[in-house]
Amino acid sequence: MNKRLFNVGAIIAGLSVTFKHMFIRKPTIQYPSVKKKHAPRFHGLHELRRYADGKERCIGCELCSSVCPANAITVIGAENSPEDRRSPGERYAARYEIDELRCIFCGMCEEACPTDAIVLTPRFEMSELRRGSLIYDKDRLLVPRDAGVGAAPDDRPNGIPSDLGMVADVKSTVDPARGYDATWRGQILKTQTKGLAP
Amino acid sequence: MNAWWTPAATVWWVVVVKCAVLLFVVITTFAYAMLFERKVIGWMQLRPGPNRVGPWGLLQPAVDAVKLMLKEDLTPSTADPLIYRLAPFISLVTAFAAYAVIPFSEPAPGNVWAIGDVNAGILFLLALTSIGVYGVSLGGWASGSKYPLLGSVRSTAQMISYELSMSLSLIGVLILAGTTSLVGIVNAQAKLWFFIPQFIGFVIYLITAVAETNRAPFDLVEADAELVGGFNTEYSGLRFGLFFIAEYINMLTVSCIATLLFLGGWNPIGQLTVIPGIVWFLLKVAFFMFFYIWLRATFPRLRYDRLMAFGWKVLLPVATANLIGTAVVVAVR
Repeated sequence: MNKRLFNVGAIIAGLSVTFKHMFIRKPTIQYPSVKKKHAPRFHGLHELRRYADGKERCIGCELCSSVCPANAITVIGAENSPEDRRSPGERYAARYEIDELRCIFCGMCEEACPTDAIVLTPRFEMSELRRGSLIYDKDRLLVPRDAGVGAAPDDRPNGIPSDLGMVADVKSTVDPARGYDATWRGQILKTQTKGLAP
Repeated sequence: MNAWWTPAATVWWVVVVKCAVLLFVVITTFAYAMLFERKVIGWMQLRPGPNRVGPWGLLQPAVDAVKLMLKEDLTPSTADPLIYRLAPFISLVTAFAAYAVIPFSEPAPGNVWAIGDVNAGILFLLALTSIGVYGVSLGGWASGSKYPLLGSVRSTAQMISYELSMSLSLIGVLILAGTTSLVGIVNAQAKLWFFIPQFIGFVIYLITAVAETNRAPFDLVEADAELVGGFNTEYSGLRFGLFFIAEYINMLTVSCIATLLFLGGWNPIGQLTVIPGIVWFLLKVAFFMFFYIWLRATFPRLRYDRLMAFGWKVLLPVATANLIGTAVVVAVR
């Protein structure tokens, strides 16, 4: 017979551990109703920016596509015509597609872009029912004309993107002082500060 | 026609109504015992537990029941169809039948707080828990599949080894009380609850009761990690649900027995007679239920050979020594 079977002290110690844990504050975040504060410069869904006059920033240079380590970006450029100027440069992106399932959200497209056209927003809730729905084309990536110019990725105040998330139909509800909240339903969990910059 | 309301017939109507009420109460208690278990284990594991359905997750049992009812009822082609379908009912019926004799509060004149006050109540309970093994072992055997068979073989061996020590630990109480009636045993504890003079018996009963109900850390019958789900691997939907209900009701039963035999039943702590006896009884049962959940949250499953060795080489001799000691003390005094 193994002597350890009679170790009553260990049994009581084990019971006391579980009993104490009943009253410890639970670290669970009630996700859909309460959302964790993002880290500054969180890398989420992409968007394509415009200039103040409404012209697209993207000049179809394909640097983002070349630098993309996951081969997630497809750009097909076209020449601007004098009658229909899409961008200030000679060329513009006739097609611009990002496969968000391939994307690893590293942000290298953002760094490579010479005109700050492609930018990563902190939006992360993009689940879909079909794989095809996660290939974002230009219609969904390009911000609307009235969405504003936005700050360049390197110029964001305190690193918190205050002007992002204007993609498609969801307007962001960002408060730079408190952090970023991805959807209209969310609330910021104010107590959640662990791991965030002061 | 008028024979329905003669005094003799009324006795039976009272029993029928008591049965209906008790069935409802026991099933509701089962539902919330399950929720309580999930909550408590959640808290002990630093989780909030189920909290999505209704306030604090209070409607979770209803949702679980609906889910189980909507599941497909599968019978493996290798199963013995009759016994396979019968087994859950054996478990459930024996689990429910135990409540026929359990008294919940002090009997008032002309009214017993039980369906029947049987003068050999404790023997009836022991007999029923023994029959309950058939549900598990037949269910596992009739599934025609290897893991359920292993589970049911373990179940049979485990029940036999632990039932012995359990009965022996209870006989100490019977000797002290001098009766096998559950009401009589509780009344004998008016001054001193039996867990003090019968402390060894109490501890042995607690351990064997966990093994009897196949709860962790003695849940080798189910042993998810080794036997998939043990005896109920092949069961699905409501048939699985019946086994599940039976397991929890057995937990409640052993808690009730522990309360009646060792914690003084409906006797209050000190002179706190303001609180009615039924509340005291339920509080003590709730304490034991919490204790079983607490054990499950704390201890890993025993190895099978250690379980057997513990039952035969430790519990049985200690229970026998306790019984002989009690008998000697009572005889000398």
